[in-house]
Amino acid sequence: MNHQPNTKTIAGRSSSDGGELVAFRIGNQEFCIDIMAVREIRGWTPATPLPHAPSYVRGLINLRGTVLPVIDLAVRFGFEPREPSARSVIIVTEVGAQLVGLVVDAVSDILPTSAETIQPTPNVSSELATKFVKGVISIESRMISLVQLDDVLPSDGKAAA
Amino acid sequence: MDAMAAIKKTFFEECEEQLAEMEAGLLAMNEGSAENELVNGVFRAVHSIKGGAGAFKLGALVSFAHKFETVLDLIRSARLSATPDTMRIMLRALDIVSDLVRLSRAEAPIDDALWRPVGAELEALIEQKPQQQIQPEITVVPEAPAEVVDLGFDFAPTPISIDDGAVASPPDPQQTYEIEFRPSKELYASANEPVVLLREVAKLGETSVRCNCDALPPLDSLDPDSSYLSWTIRLVTAADIEAVREVFEFVDGACELSVALIEHAPAQVMPAVAVPVADPSPSLTVVPDITRQLHEARADSAPVLASESVAAADIQKDGGMASGQPATATIRVDLDRVDRLINLVGELVINQAMLTQRVLAEGLAKSSSTMIGLDELEQLTREIQESVMAIRAQPIKSLFQRMSRVMREVCAATGKDVRLRLDGEMTELDKTVIERLADPLTHMIRNAVDHGVESRETRIAAGKSPDGSVRLSAAHRSGRVQIEISDDGAGIDRKRVLAKAISKGLVLQGVELSDGEIDNLLFLPGFSTSESVSAISGRGVGMDVVRRSIQALGGRISISSRSGQGSSFVLSLPLTLAVLDGMVVRVADQTLVVPLTAIIETLRPASATVHALGGSASVIKVRDRFVPLIDVGAELGFRARRQLADEADGVAILVESETSTTHALLVDTIEDQRQVVIKSVETNYGKIRGIAAATILGDGRVALIVDVEDVVGISRSDTGQQINELRTGAGIR
Repeated sequence: MNHQPNTKTIAGRSSSDGGELVAFRIGNQEFCIDIMAVREIRGWTPATPLPHAPSYVRGLINLRGTVLPVIDLAVRFGFEPREPSARSVIIVTEVGAQLVGLVVDAVSDILPTSAETIQPTPNVSSELATKFVKGVISIESRMISLVQLDDVLPSDGKAAA
Repeated sequence: MDAMAAIKKTFFEECEEQLAEMEAGLLAMNEGSAENELVNGVFRAVHSIKGGAGAFKLGALVSFAHKFETVLDLIRSARLSATPDTMRIMLRALDIVSDLVRLSRAEAPIDDALWRPVGAELEALIEQKPQQQIQPEITVVPEAPAEVVDLGFDFAPTPISIDDGAVASPPDPQQTYEIEFRPSKELYASANEPVVLLREVAKLGETSVRCNCDALPPLDSLDPDSSYLSWTIRLVTAADIEAVREVFEFVDGACELSVALIEHAPAQVMPAVAVPVADPSPSLTVVPDITRQLHEARADSAPVLASESVAAADIQKDGGMASGQPATATIRVDLDRVDRLINLVGELVINQAMLTQRVLAEGLAKSSSTMIGLDELEQLTREIQESVMAIRAQPIKSLFQRMSRVMREVCAATGKDVRLRLDGEMTELDKTVIERLADPLTHMIRNAVDHGVESRETRIAAGKSPDGSVRLSAAHRSGRVQIEISDDGAGIDRKRVLAKAISKGLVLQGVELSDGEIDNLLFLPGFSTSESVSAISGRGVGMDVVRRSIQALGGRISISSRSGQGSSFVLSLPLTLAVLDGMVVRVADQTLVVPLTAIIETLRPASATVHALGGSASVIKVRDRFVPLIDVGAELGFRARRQLADEADGVAILVESETSTTHALLVDTIEDQRQVVIKSVETNYGKIRGIAAATILGDGRVALIVDVEDVVGISRSDTGQQINELRTGAGIR
């Protein structure tokens, strides 16, 4: 599986002993997460809202018997809230010991990656950038932000779990 | 070391089973049953414990178990009769054995004072048996010393060495019989089977069986209906000649039988195996029994012999045999695995229901082959679900037997003589439920004896039998398990209960209460009727604690009492903790489930009965009492608090919280009442205020299960003090 380090492959992507990333779109921005954190990707189903929950917690869905909390990443990142459509998808991810669903507009790509392709987050004064982005990747004309998943669940929820 | 620890763990697990068997056996003996197999069963169990304990150098346990075993052996060989007094000592000794096992398991220090007194009583029993001088030791320990030396397992420094055990072991008058057994044609014609008889004989002691086939004619002249074979059995046993003849009682007249006493000879163990091997065909079936006997013989002669592995093998063997008869095969499985399976099957059921709904929505006819197939699938999934649930289920027997012990202890402490009758011991329910019932049941049994059953003198004066009785029964009732604890005591003294409740400020002076309401006062926190607080039931833990633990299991408890005839407590429990009976309600377009155990009643409030109290709180008048009214939708943040006028539109659910206070939950509609599978929200999210867990409904969507305590609590902290004051003023609930 492992290619030689820094072997250039098609489209100029570098594949190395680093893993792969799942890229997805929210609005007109692109983000990505480590593929190893992704359990599955599934279509949007309406969620059961939770009382006393922050607005970005969409609620709970039934994932084959597991009760799965669903986070609306758009709201979490501070974008304009809108109702997820039938074309939205839920990326089921593992955050620590917990399973969390992330609502995004679409999954766009799977990218091979290595440490050196990831640049530090540019120093901007946005909560999104400082709290959830741990680096950016430049591919051709696209900029893809690598999302730090640890803080997407409400912290009180995690503490209690 | 790890392997040793694992063997030790197995040993203690099996000890539990053996203790249960001993208890069952001793109780049956106590009831007057003198069946040989019963005594043997107890003997085997304690013997296994002793053997294993020896291997792990559990000195106190070995020496105590040895005394126990010796007395049992005296009873077994009819040299000591199982009088009630003897049985009382034996039962107490059993408690000590189980204490010793428990302490050893916890690796706690063992105080000699714990077992010495009962040990002395056992010794007294051994002493008082009629002196019968038969040279026993020689026959019992032919090989033991040699083996111990061989394996180099030195037990000499421990207070009880094997020699000690062997020498002091009961005089077994081992005798050797030679049995000639020649079945006639009629024996076979009446569907008897020699091998069965041979096995029976093998149960009496060590046997060596030789089949005599000299009379067998050549094949061409063989008459298939004739009998040609005969057997010579050499039996070394402690049983008398009558017992040997008894084996053949049923074939009397259908065989030639001679039983002859040969001599007092040491057990010829090795030839016993050799014979069947040399002469294989007809007696082959006997071999396992003989080897088994051989194992027993070895265990007998050297309980603490052997390297770890041999000891372990012995434990295993005895453990398997202790269950007697053809042992049902069992495996130990991690509970986690079972739970995972239960979860998955729960999913299967939901999925299957969804599939059916969808097919129906497609407009397929009920009689179409697809629907018929789906019906079959449904039945199958239900069956799978039931079987899987049954894995977790266990008979309540183990718990009931623990109660026998509790009863003995309470009787000893109070000086009352109360019999415990057990019914429905084989009723099965979830293992966790059984475990968590131990404390409440213990408490109720103590209560029944201490408060319920009167003293001997009072009973005689009332014309009752001097000894009281408490009945503990379990039965399945419409998908739940009902456990009843009833005594034949004086019943609840309602005047005293009421007076006490008033004096404690639990009830207002002058309030009229029905009998049932007075009985229920017992469940109020901090209520204890015993005038002198005794060590048995008055330790500040009242029936309220019992009720709370039953409710925590999703159960309910009720009480009924008749003056002079006794009282009875009825517990109704779910079969499993994985499901819950709930009322499915709609609130602000959301579906919620309210646990049925908390619900007292539902009612449709008329607007005239709803009153505002303070800024945001409101109360509802239910039968002349004002009960706080909680708008669940607003409380959970699904919508803004509604205006008073609207509140009359919904349905009020009267719920009772753990603190016995009543609240009314206002919901929009009640949709259904059903069992739901409990799913944790905390695993993947965290604790949510007001929500106990989640479930998945038939349409595949997640619904939240309301935590009544929490919702009531939220409301209380929101609305402040006035509600509390109102509640205390409003009466007892």
